[in-house]
Amino acid sequence: MTRHVLVIEDEPNIVEAIRFLLTRDGWEVTALGDGVTAEAEIARLRPDVLILDVMLPGRSGFEILAALRAAAATVALPVLMLTAKGRDRAEAERLGANRFLSKPFSNAEIVALVRDLGPA
Amino acid sequence: MAIPALTGSRVRDRRLVLGLRQSEVAEAAGISASYLNLIEHNRRRVGPDVLSRLATALRTEVGVLAEGAEGLLVADLREAAERPDGGAEVDRVEDFVGRFPGWAGLVAAQHRRIGRLERTVEALSDRMAHDPHLSATLHEVISVISAVRSTAAILADGDEVPPEWRARFHANLHDDAERLVIGAEALVAYLDATDRGDAGGSGTALDELDGWLEARDWSLPELDDAPEVLQAEVAGLATEAGRTLAGAWLARALRDAALLPLAALDLAVDEDGVDPVRLARRFGCGVLPVFRRLALLPRRGFGLVVCDASGAILFRRPVPDFPVPRYGSACALWPLFTALGRPMTPVEEVVEMRGRSVRRVRTLAFCEPHHPSGFGGPQVVEAAMLILPLDQAAGSARPVGASCRICPVPGCPARREPSILSEPDEAARAAGQTVLRSR
Repeated sequence: MTRHVLVIEDEPNIVEAIRFLLTRDGWEVTALGDGVTAEAEIARLRPDVLILDVMLPGRSGFEILAALRAAAATVALPVLMLTAKGRDRAEAERLGANRFLSKPFSNAEIVALVRDLGPA
Repeated sequence: MAIPALTGSRVRDRRLVLGLRQSEVAEAAGISASYLNLIEHNRRRVGPDVLSRLATALRTEVGVLAEGAEGLLVADLREAAERPDGGAEVDRVEDFVGRFPGWAGLVAAQHRRIGRLERTVEALSDRMAHDPHLSATLHEVISVISAVRSTAAILADGDEVPPEWRARFHANLHDDAERLVIGAEALVAYLDATDRGDAGGSGTALDELDGWLEARDWSLPELDDAPEVLQAEVAGLATEAGRTLAGAWLARALRDAALLPLAALDLAVDEDGVDPVRLARRFGCGVLPVFRRLALLPRRGFGLVVCDASGAILFRRPVPDFPVPRYGSACALWPLFTALGRPMTPVEEVVEMRGRSVRRVRTLAFCEPHHPSGFGGPQVVEAAMLILPLDQAAGSARPVGASCRICPVPGCPARREPSILSEPDEAARAAGQTVLRSR
């Protein structure tokens, strides 16, 4: 069975690199460039893992994470948060992110963390 | 009687010898009584022009009032002793200067240097932590660097990369390199501009409004008789956002000016004192227009902070020794926020700002709800706090800070984060506390 990861990130070249790395690792990768329709897309796609950037146009990753944790269907969705600032890490943890990764990250790290969060 | 070392004390002594009131001398010298009060308590350095007018008003020579280098040294040492961690024998400062002039000079020089460094730290901390422009630009640069690192690692790690992906990654790297150059140039331009004190064009719209008013030293007499001068200046601001914000501010300031003409308000303050509720009744207007107009009165030296329901600062006219953060959250203990929780209720409180030096001020705060979209629309709340000079010997006062990151008050019950100015053990304690002990 193909494992599915949804990437919500507005930097297209980061998405491109993640798409290549995770596709090569056997994942189906879908990307969203902003968080406006995040919940609707998650409900439609039902990903196994979500990679979520903090600073997104229109709506922050923190807002999306808080909404996901408040809904029964997504309360346990594994979320890897991408942060650019040290202090974002504490907020990500507080809101219920399963893992976080500071930019710039290494390719080996992101692949390992997504594998760790995905179904066995 | 020994001649006091400080100019302010000499002015006060001379005035008392002549049996004059502060208001009489202030009027004769063309300054406000509150400013003279600050001078007499050695809270303000006196410039040569004001000193000359004071000498005339006090029927004496400038040389009689002026202090020498020793007086300046004493003033610096008194200021150093006012620091929260001071603990010095203030009443023996002149003795200290006389007996150990070298040590006294060194202490004063170190105090001045600490003040300069703390001002730099405050400005940089505020900017790094909260400047939205800087934050967004840095985030973009880090994101591009992240893309470059991942892409380059894919190409370099030796695994097979299909030709179509390889071509895309090469194109992406080229694209990212260009964006990094643009991002770096934008950062350098921004930092250069802010180093020059010119945030226009690269800061926020509020920065532009701030910069324009600062450049005018918050003096806008044209509000009463030549609005076209101000409108032309606003039209010349650097960005569309800045022009829009400043234009809206100016439109409201003109409406305020029509309600509260400058000369009439100045006279009313002399007659009735600074009581915004009474002044509002006298002029038949709301209370907040009075707050805004009082802050623009020349020579009074009143400060003003205005915030919305979220506590975001919408306007600030800072006064010396009462810093108002430009971007971040202000001290939660300011009476401004007490007023925010009690709409339409006057809040008056004497507070003591603990910063580079300790300064007491009288604050008046008021909050007004509005319904700009009518009965069914949302309520929009605005609160304002006037900051008035005060005799530093006045009774008790609640300690407050500017914002937590630069506030030295230990054990504050409202602290949100450790202060970068605290001693390491205090900062560590504050960071570990969820509920802090009250002073």
